[in-house]
Amino acid sequence: MSNLEALKTDLGQQRDISKFQFSHAFGDDVMVIPKDDLIPILRHLKDTDKFDFLMDVCGVDWPNREKRFDAVYHLYNSKNANRLRIKVPLAEGEAVDTATTVWKGADWFEREAYDMFGIIFKGHPNLRRILTHHQFVGHPLRKDYEADRQQHCTETLPIHFDNEPGVEGDVLNPALVPLNIGPSHPAMHGTLRVMVELDGETIVRSACEIGYLHRCFEKMAETHPYNQVIPYTDRLNYCSAPMNNVGYCKAVEKLLGVEIPPKAQAMRVILCELSRIIDHIISVGTGGVDLGALTAFFHLFTYREKVYNLFEKLCGARLTVALTRVGGMAQDAPEGWFDEVLTFCREMRVEVDEISKLMLDNKIFIQRTQGVLPVKAADAIAWGYTGPLLRASGVGLDLRKAKPYYGYDALDFAVPVGTNGDIYDRYLVRVEEMRQSIKIIEQVCKNVPGGDFTIRDRGVVLPEKKDVYGNIEGLMNHFMLVIKGLRPPPGETYDATEAANGELGFYLISDGSANPYRLKVRPPCFAIYQSFPQVVKGGFIADAIATVASMNVIAGELDR
Amino acid sequence: MGQSTGKNLPQKSRNQPPQLHPHDEELSKSFATTTKMEALIAWGRKNALWPLPYGTACCGIELMSVMGPKYDLARFGAEVVRFSPRQSDLLLVAGTITEKMAPILVRIYRQMLEPKYVLSMGACASSGGFYRAYHVLQGADKCIPVDVYVPGCPPTPEAVLDGVMLLQRMISENHPRPWKDNWKAPDYV
Repeated sequence: MSNLEALKTDLGQQRDISKFQFSHAFGDDVMVIPKDDLIPILRHLKDTDKFDFLMDVCGVDWPNREKRFDAVYHLYNSKNANRLRIKVPLAEGEAVDTATTVWKGADWFEREAYDMFGIIFKGHPNLRRILTHHQFVGHPLRKDYEADRQQHCTETLPIHFDNEPGVEGDVLNPALVPLNIGPSHPAMHGTLRVMVELDGETIVRSACEIGYLHRCFEKMAETHPYNQVIPYTDRLNYCSAPMNNVGYCKAVEKLLGVEIPPKAQAMRVILCELSRIIDHIISVGTGGVDLGALTAFFHLFTYREKVYNLFEKLCGARLTVALTRVGGMAQDAPEGWFDEVLTFCREMRVEVDEISKLMLDNKIFIQRTQGVLPVKAADAIAWGYTGPLLRASGVGLDLRKAKPYYGYDALDFAVPVGTNGDIYDRYLVRVEEMRQSIKIIEQVCKNVPGGDFTIRDRGVVLPEKKDVYGNIEGLMNHFMLVIKGLRPPPGETYDATEAANGELGFYLISDGSANPYRLKVRPPCFAIYQSFPQVVKGGFIADAIATVASMNVIAGELDR
Repeated sequence: MGQSTGKNLPQKSRNQPPQLHPHDEELSKSFATTTKMEALIAWGRKNALWPLPYGTACCGIELMSVMGPKYDLARFGAEVVRFSPRQSDLLLVAGTITEKMAPILVRIYRQMLEPKYVLSMGACASSGGFYRAYHVLQGADKCIPVDVYVPGCPPTPEAVLDGVMLLQRMISENHPRPWKDNWKAPDYV
């Protein structure tokens, strides 16, 4: 019996499911339900342990439909890697009950759906705009909002907090000291803004304001052909750009139903793991800087430069590489590249040990981080934590093991897991992951499969230049593909990869045209960062700074 | 204190310039030079730029490389990074400026003391880049005056160093800056 059949039987015993629609397409289980059934169903699925993670909540706009919007919920079971997509059709102005009563992690995702589409979530504690500025009028991801219609912001919001029941968040307590940190502040890593109310040095309440780097990725994706979206994905998590390329292309390939050749898979694995290393370099290095340890940063950046050199040899760019294409890689690796990667691995192995000694064995570092503001496993799951932070809390979930892709199941590597979920464990997990990534790269580099670096499907991949200029078929093929574009069949899929920060999901809807109809990114640090006010409550302000650093919030993927 | 010791010193006329012994004159040439005050100040300014790294996005990561061990902006006298606008004179706008960020950027710029310079790093800060989008300001120069534009997405560290050197040349030549002199804060801020 398939998962969907089992679910149908189970739900049939609970409720009247005559209005439910069940379907299975592109490997995903989908359930369309009326809005009044949503919360009881979610609670049932959570309480009976069918699904423990709410990965994503988003909206979709169908202007020609009677019920214009879909509120889409993605659930995940960490024990058997099952996924379920629940869709709730809503008419304009119709409200759906908030899912924050079941999973507190729904908080920011619902605010985003409200901001982007105007979907109202009844009972949400703080349904304000989140990504666009507070003077913005309209809902930009609706299909009738032009992509380039800008609206100027004339002032910044004063310090404000989340609305709690019975208390307006904008009313400050005169007995406490309000403090604004960021968005231009050395500890705030780019564009984050944290507002706190302090009693002495203790945080009584705090709030984050985000959206200072909202670059409209999802709207840009809707207005560009599939392959032209790849450079935009680079700039999501710009610390590990190739991973976003891989995640996006994997989603499009799933919709197309193509399998990429073994050599492309091997190259993608190498790039992903190199990116994981350099992402952790930024996280560990700047995390040290925020605690006053500058040495590790300069140490580690030497090695980041070495990876940049490897990328540069592969494609000419250092940071934003756009290395993959739908169907494989953009180009083959130059001769000797894999050997250079192996040389780097040897050097990096020594460096990781050094950094481990320099930071993790450092007395000051230990005192600043060990036992500081821990997050329990149950809380981490409820917030939707994934990646190193979830593993630091003691949950050994890693998509490379849970649902292996690109031959990760054949590789020998371990998933490091912490015990306390404190700041120290987060860095411990990251440093150990760097070691494991080196191990993976070495295994793959020693056995790079031969063959082509991309599929040669004429409807997907451009022909080689020698064919374009050499024969008429190649020229016509090139012309048709550029003019008509790559067109996946109508349908939708959710596909996730294990990025450096956790689960990076792409929810892709195609209407059969050359541009994606809707592309929703599920950024790992969005779910993590929303827990910040709760995590630092009652802690010291200095520990809050260490917490922001350890969460490794990357504004590019947080705000998109 | 000065008075008590001054009494014991031989009295000198205040109006007469001191006469140097030929030997002393030779000596003073070996360590002294004459120049215009203006040029001296410009020389000091250009070699002691204190940048405020306004890194908002990917360019901010590349800016770390500029500061980092390989490219090392310190070689150009600009390694003293200050996040306080009161202490810095070079605003490095590294990354996309969104509509939400624009009022803050203007406020930071206004808080900087004269003389102040702005370097816009990358396509986004220079023109909005490939984000022709509803929430992205189409260039930092829409709200503050920019002296040097560095193209690239993100620019290589070499390009940023080249931009800093260009700015240094502008400072030493006292290049006129009408974009700054005629700048008015956008009326909405």
